[in-house]
Amino acid sequence: MSVEQEQTERTIRCLVAKVGLDGHDRGAHVIARALRDAGFEVIYSGLHRAPEEVVQAAVQEDVDVVGISILSGAHNTLVPKILDGLKEYDAFDDRLILVGGIVPDDDKDELRELGVDEIFGPGASMEEMIDYIHEHAPER
Amino acid sequence: MSDLVEDLLAGKHSALARVITKIENRSPGYREIISALHQHTGTADVVGVTGSPGAGKSTLVDKVAATYRERGQTVGVIAIDPSSPFSGGAVLGDRIRMASNAGDMDVFFRSMSARGSLGGLSTATTDAVTALDAFGKDKIIVETVGAGQNEVDIVRTADTVAVLVPPGSGDDVQMLKAGILEIGDVFVVNKADLDGADRTVQQLREMLQGRSGRPDTGHHGATELAAADAASADDPAEGDMEAWTPPIVETVANRGEGVEDFLGALADHGDYLDRTGRRERQARERFAAEIRTLLREDANELLSDELDRRGGIEQYVDAVVERHTDPYTVVDDVLAPLRECLDEPRDDA
Repeated sequence: MSVEQEQTERTIRCLVAKVGLDGHDRGAHVIARALRDAGFEVIYSGLHRAPEEVVQAAVQEDVDVVGISILSGAHNTLVPKILDGLKEYDAFDDRLILVGGIVPDDDKDELRELGVDEIFGPGASMEEMIDYIHEHAPER
Repeated sequence: MSDLVEDLLAGKHSALARVITKIENRSPGYREIISALHQHTGTADVVGVTGSPGAGKSTLVDKVAATYRERGQTVGVIAIDPSSPFSGGAVLGDRIRMASNAGDMDVFFRSMSARGSLGGLSTATTDAVTALDAFGKDKIIVETVGAGQNEVDIVRTADTVAVLVPPGSGDDVQMLKAGILEIGDVFVVNKADLDGADRTVQQLREMLQGRSGRPDTGHHGATELAAADAASADDPAEGDMEAWTPPIVETVANRGEGVEDFLGALADHGDYLDRTGRRERQARERFAAEIRTLLREDANELLSDELDRRGGIEQYVDAVVERHTDPYTVVDDVLAPLRECLDEPRDDA
């Protein structure tokens, strides 16, 4: 059966998380659906999540990819909290951490140093993101 | 591998999460993990929650979990969502509604997708329940949309099955149709503040009264009917065993109304299971079903490998199409060596 064959290719799980005070999540919905159509399992967090809620979801759902969407500019305070939380639960090393949103270049370097794997700005295409995930999803 | 088991037993959340991932992926070694965990299980109460989409299952489960937590109990939730038949992908959205338990690690909420698996999902769900039980969860809730046979199987991994019925969910004929209404130990009319709720309660009540006309075993499941017959033959007391009448509870889950009543009904059913010895019997039946399922799955796999070794199914299909042979002869032919193997030792003896 084809179902059996698909099983050999691991299903990639992604968390799409809205953290902080952003008031709308159309972009997150679009991303969630595109990832679903790419064959991923997507867990969507809903709006206004606190960092510890994102950590809880990422740990319990054992996602391969933690996608954090922030438009409010609060990435410098919120993202490090998420990273620390993941480390606390031994859930940092084998996870791909992506940030999406409006992030100034200086901040990008800082986030990367902290452990964010890639940052996708407003111009990023869905294919770009999906290809990146396929190439970099951690081996388990 | 055994590190993972040790970490899980030691209460590490990431280990529990990873074990469930391995179960879902059928990763190498997952069977050994489940085998090792089995001896640590048997203490959790397992509740299945099902109902049509939009009935309010997740919202109710969220409030139930919060109430258990207030009572100092730990909770595991497995929520099953469908996957796309085209891409295989899925959006697992029930987590959004777990707001009351956000940030509380002692509510372990895990989304699982159906992954288009043919019957494999109920095995995966059973194994995930094993993992949560071994982890030490007091209460485990399995939540799924009650759409088909597969979903019915899944909630039957539970000690108690709650079926949610939203108001206005169809006419009397819907209520008469076979399906999830037959498996409920507790019925919940959620969104009881909406118009039509009274009527739905009334319809349910009539349906449940009609149900007492069947050879009632007092609990869910058709296989159990057969098992009950067998048991009553052995045990004369079995025949006049106390029957269970499923209660109907009204809730407004998003406001938390009726949640205590619901938990009371679940507890009553739990008492009933203990009092009548049904809990033990249900467990036995579940293990029997699990063994049968695993045997079937493994035998399927062996046969599928054998077919591949013989060059695939297409040549047989060709021969059947050409009327050189027929499906029954093909099956006899493929199974012949297996039959011989199984018969051989007995012939020797």
